[in-house]
Amino acid sequence: MKGVEITVTVLLASVVLGYLMAFIAGFCRLSSNVILRKFTGFYVEVFRGTSLIVQLFWLYYALPILFGIEIGSNFWAGVLAISLNYGAYMSEVVRSSILSVAKGQTEASTALNMSRFQRMRLVIFPQAVRMMLPEFGNYLILMLKSTSLVSLIGMMDILYYGDILRSSNLSQAPTVYLLVLVFYFILALPLIWLTKKMESASKKGVAS
Amino acid sequence: MNWSWDIFFESFPIIIEGLGITIALTIACYLFALLFGFVWTLLRQIPIKPVRWILLWIMEFIRSTPPLVQLFFIYYAWPMVPVVGMTLDPFTSAVLGLGIHYSTYIGEVYRTGINSVDKGQWEASRALNFSTRRKWTKIILPQAIPPTIPMLGNYLIIMFKEVPLASTIGVVGILAMANNYGADHWRYLEPLTIVAILFLVLSYPSAILVNKLERKFNRRFDKKGAVSND
Repeated sequence: MKGVEITVTVLLASVVLGYLMAFIAGFCRLSSNVILRKFTGFYVEVFRGTSLIVQLFWLYYALPILFGIEIGSNFWAGVLAISLNYGAYMSEVVRSSILSVAKGQTEASTALNMSRFQRMRLVIFPQAVRMMLPEFGNYLILMLKSTSLVSLIGMMDILYYGDILRSSNLSQAPTVYLLVLVFYFILALPLIWLTKKMESASKKGVAS
Repeated sequence: MNWSWDIFFESFPIIIEGLGITIALTIACYLFALLFGFVWTLLRQIPIKPVRWILLWIMEFIRSTPPLVQLFFIYYAWPMVPVVGMTLDPFTSAVLGLGIHYSTYIGEVYRTGINSVDKGQWEASRALNFSTRRKWTKIILPQAIPPTIPMLGNYLIIMFKEVPLASTIGVVGILAMANNYGADHWRYLEPLTIVAILFLVLSYPSAILVNKLERKFNRRFDKKGAVSND
């Protein structure tokens, strides 16, 4: 199966971009600048409110027409769609975990005369990250599942090769698709394991 | 090429036609997932440990593999399966595929709902010598159902957004309508934008509604928690 490589590449690229997006958008929504806050709010609502497959098609077919931008390849269209979509979802995770850090922590660090930046970096953020971890793990698995969509815009991932195999040998369809499913599951297994690890890590040492 | 309002208004009614099918499919998938999720919850109660373990892995398998592949499996591969195989039309395959996929999630929702009922409530109903039926209908379910409602609402929205996947196996919902239009007139921008707007218009208000529900239930539980802590 040659498609595994592409699937993994798409996954890695969207994970990196998606997390980046999540943190940027998460922080922007907490910023004191109204315009920044409203703008990211708009981004998050648009990407959460529409379906990923629609976004994918829109980025792939519509964007080049609208702005004359060629995203370059279906690879970037796929990665952008997945990372923008999940970035929007995960920015909510970032936001809510930062908000859920106990208020006393903010007050204590203010009392210690820390600057805003120091407060975020040294006190709030490390605690918030721990709360984000299990959710991030879940989104990793969701992202893996959504990479299968890129075959629809012509990328040669696992599903694409599965489809080709099937069309050349119709009676083998059950075996082929089962194999594709198993491949995805094998890719997901380390992620599932990681998620469980993260969950226990996030529980450790947290006074509740 | 630029944005053209002519094409926007020309393609609008065509795409709206697909909306009925998208909504019908969403509801059908959702009902199927609600029912089938219940089956998972029941199966998880089987007292034989290896069976439970196998079921757990089957659930994990369905959850962590892409619904798109599952759709293809049911639509293209199911007819080829020996003995039980039969041809399904696209709509039924979509209901089965997406329904089974999300039923694993919904089964978990039920489970957390039941788990959220305080242990003392089970003990108390046993102490009062309630019959199984009375215990479930009078004590457990009235407490287990409210916390699951916002979560179930969320899944309805998620499924609505996932249903366009069915266009890949030929269910003519809004996305398929837009793609057909795009292929015929070589204009993808306007039809696809309409689809995106329609999704926003439909899912954003429902998301707000679910949020409100959630807050309402949360407040109720907070009050209860506060009372019991005093």
